Amino acid sequence: MKKKILPRLTKLMSLSSAALLAGCSWDTLDPKGVIGAQEKSLILTSTYAMLLVVIPVCILTLLFAWQYRQSNTAAEYLPKWSHSNKIEVIIWAVPSLIILFLAVLTYQTCHSLDPYKPLEAEANVKPIHVDVVALDWKWLFIYPDEGIATVNQMAMPVNTPVDFRITSDSVMNSFFIPQLGTMIYAMAGMQTQLHLIANEAGDFQGESSNFSGRGFSDMRFRALAMPADQYSAWVEKVKASSEQLDSASYPKLAAPSEANPVEYFSHVDAGLFDDIVAKYNNGMVMDKSTGKMLHVQQSAMSDMNMKE
Amino acid sequence: MLGKLTLSAIPYDVPILVGTFIGAAIAGLAVVGLITYYGKWGYLWREWLTSVDHKRIGVMYIVVALVALFRGFADAIMMRSQLALAYAGNPGYLPPHHYDQIFSAHGTIMIFFMAMAFMQGLMNIVVPLQIGARDVAFPFVNTLSFWMTTISFLLVNVSLFIGEFSQCGWLAYPPLSEQQFSPGVGVDYYIWAVQLSGVGTLLTGVNFFATIVKMRAPGMTYMRMPVFTWTIFCTTVLIMVAFPILTVAMGLLGLDRYLGMHFFTNDGGGNQMLYLSVIWGWGHPEVYILVLPAFGAFSEITQTFSRKPLFGYKTMVYATASIMVLSLVVWVHHFFTMGAGPNVNAFFGIMTMIIAVPTGVKIFNWLFTMYKGRIDFHATMYWVIGFMITFSIGGMTGVMLAIPASDFVLHNSLFVIAHFHNVIIGGVYFGYVAAMNFWFPKAFGFKLNEAWGKRAFWFWFVGFYVAFMPLYVLGFEGMTRRMNHYDNPEWHPWLLIAEVGAVLIACGIVCQLTQLYVSIRDRNLAENRDLTGDPWNARTLEWSTSSPPPFYNFAILPEVHELDAFAHDKEAGIDTRQAGGNYQPIHMPKNTACGFLIGAFSFVMGFGAVWYIWWLAAVGLIGVIATVIARSSDNDVDYYVPVSEVVRIEQEHTHNLMAAQAAE
Repeated sequence: MKKKILPRLTKLMSLSSAALLAGCSWDTLDPKGVIGAQEKSLILTSTYAMLLVVIPVCILTLLFAWQYRQSNTAAEYLPKWSHSNKIEVIIWAVPSLIILFLAVLTYQTCHSLDPYKPLEAEANVKPIHVDVVALDWKWLFIYPDEGIATVNQMAMPVNTPVDFRITSDSVMNSFFIPQLGTMIYAMAGMQTQLHLIANEAGDFQGESSNFSGRGFSDMRFRALAMPADQYSAWVEKVKASSEQLDSASYPKLAAPSEANPVEYFSHVDAGLFDDIVAKYNNGMVMDKSTGKMLHVQQSAMSDMNMKE
Repeated sequence: MLGKLTLSAIPYDVPILVGTFIGAAIAGLAVVGLITYYGKWGYLWREWLTSVDHKRIGVMYIVVALVALFRGFADAIMMRSQLALAYAGNPGYLPPHHYDQIFSAHGTIMIFFMAMAFMQGLMNIVVPLQIGARDVAFPFVNTLSFWMTTISFLLVNVSLFIGEFSQCGWLAYPPLSEQQFSPGVGVDYYIWAVQLSGVGTLLTGVNFFATIVKMRAPGMTYMRMPVFTWTIFCTTVLIMVAFPILTVAMGLLGLDRYLGMHFFTNDGGGNQMLYLSVIWGWGHPEVYILVLPAFGAFSEITQTFSRKPLFGYKTMVYATASIMVLSLVVWVHHFFTMGAGPNVNAFFGIMTMIIAVPTGVKIFNWLFTMYKGRIDFHATMYWVIGFMITFSIGGMTGVMLAIPASDFVLHNSLFVIAHFHNVIIGGVYFGYVAAMNFWFPKAFGFKLNEAWGKRAFWFWFVGFYVAFMPLYVLGFEGMTRRMNHYDNPEWHPWLLIAEVGAVLIACGIVCQLTQLYVSIRDRNLAENRDLTGDPWNARTLEWSTSSPPPFYNFAILPEVHELDAFAHDKEAGIDTRQAGGNYQPIHMPKNTACGFLIGAFSFVMGFGAVWYIWWLAAVGLIGVIATVIARSSDNDVDYYVPVSEVVRIEQEHTHNLMAAQAAE
């Protein structure tokens, strides 16, 4: 019994623990931003804490099974023994203590890694704003401060917090850049928030991590983190595009398409994001700083038909 | 006249489905032909399809579960093969339209028709015997429950060949599942199948709750109830609390789709997160509805084959009950990423990880049940030990997901898939298979072949790790679930390994089928037959009667003096059967076709409603109502077994017992 189980098990255990440790090439375990880095260390800490129980349990299981096998008549046999206060106390206390530790950790990280909490940055760095709209099956990024928009590609300067507002003009999706951390749902008629930062330059994969239908597998984007001067150049490149996003061209963009190529729009109607949220809410949209409901000027959207 | 149903709904242009149809048709015709050839239709109808005997209903449930396992696994290996192929520009062999149906059907079938049917089958076979009762509280409701589950499974399979199945995942999140985005009949098939099987499950919950509360043998107080019965008791409570929530969720989604209402739509004041909250309000307790009975089975098996009583019976009961309560207050952990505040997330995260405490305690209890025992490594014990190790790992990854800030990067990734297969295969499925090996001789009077049982275990055990450990890795690599194709070169090798795992699991299933075949073939060999009714020297009342038990279970209801009543009686030299005692006529329910008919009419109603064939749906509904009225006004539903018949059956078993003792 043991001879068969043990080698296989040790192999598997070493495989899985090697898998946990040798994470260099892996997305979520190879974070490029402080949020992702904290989430990685949280995952590792909690795993180590639990291994304190899991490893002894696995070893004891095999040990007891072997030691008290029927053929080992030398082992002590207590056919009536079924209770021990001492053992009971230990088996309730040990898991409880570990869970207590994890509960404290959970409470702290729920607050410190709250996706709605603005990130602190160096004094002279101003966060950039990006509004994200999930469409069938592509991502629309609106840069309200620059007045530009892109599809399936976004850029950000390194070491600069990015404030995302996220919504959907279709079904539910989840906005996720694995190497930067936290994902958040994109839902029609609602705006969710997310704060991320890239501390290293790079070309990161972004994806939807909530199934959204036929074109879901190709609903990917690239998130480019670059030094500030390159970022400005990228903005200029987008501004040089001949395409514009307005009430006339938006419905064409929003129509379902699969594996959509990257698109740049040199101009986007101000308030497009609010209009997309508001059209599912009788023209109302919530102002995220005050929490008040505001009425949106629907002029830009007047000829934008509701889908239903 | 035929609603939405046209000839174009038949997918004769999809070779995979045509092949499946031909295969299913040949298999179906072969079964029908064999039954006709042997002239068994009358026997099948009288003794099985219309039976109200809980043992026979239990066997039929498990047959349905094994068919569902076959179908669900076929879906699984198709998905794994698609992902092994669909890499770097290769579209694979399953286009999204087909692939999306397969992963939706896989989850729906495995949960509702494999696991739930298996679990209800086990509780049917074991619980009345274990508490010393002659049947369940409501025998007719029991057959009705079975048929509701079975026809729902049939409805899902009909969607293979007529129309399509849902393409929205096994929980059909709106707004994707709304008419606007899913105008086909797939989601309607899903809604009706889940809704109708939910009726059956809810009735099972009520039935077994009443049975356990009211029909325990004299002397069996709650704290003398066997652990398996305790876990079923907690499961029935969860069923009664959770399944009405599922009914509401499906009902509201149905109203959205059929009557254009706006509960979960994007506009008109609908809110998709309301659906998530409601469906997981059912969905999380559901996980514990499945796993608690497995815990119960592990407890019975471990104590029996360790040759000593369960360590910490009371702890086990309290742990089970606290899991039952806690499982109702954790559902938000399925959508931490919706943007709720940190305090909401922290509350549900911490409640979730608290469940790990009683669950951990249970693992320790099994551990200390083995401690200082004399462990017989019967095939069932292999599953127990495999479970303890696998489930510990699955529990650990579960707690990782329960920490909201970890979940922010792991949610909806293959890490989640790996985690829940880790607990559902390693916990639920291992438990049910162990239970099947353990209680099989009780139901049929002969043992399952051990060698093939052990082979099945090794293939499943190794296959599980090979198939799902790579998915943990892929989760860390940022691969999300439900992808149809990809071009990330780092993912490809892991998906190839997972495919190998799926093939190993297929070998495990083949071993299980071989085990059944070999066991049935060799059933009359002396070493396989169970003449005593107690092949494992076990501790609880179901083993005090013959194998298979007489249809009335106990000629004289057993007296319970202690926990592990049968073990106590054996030690004290008490004859639990009270053979030759004062037999009385036994009051028993008559078989009835009403459960079958209500099921059949419900199927007609569901099929009609899926295709908007309203006259057909009306025929089904009227048929259901008419059958219920007919059944309610039928007073000829029971009879008494005469004493002479009881004496004849009991003497035969006494004779067998004495022969078995003499042979020793």
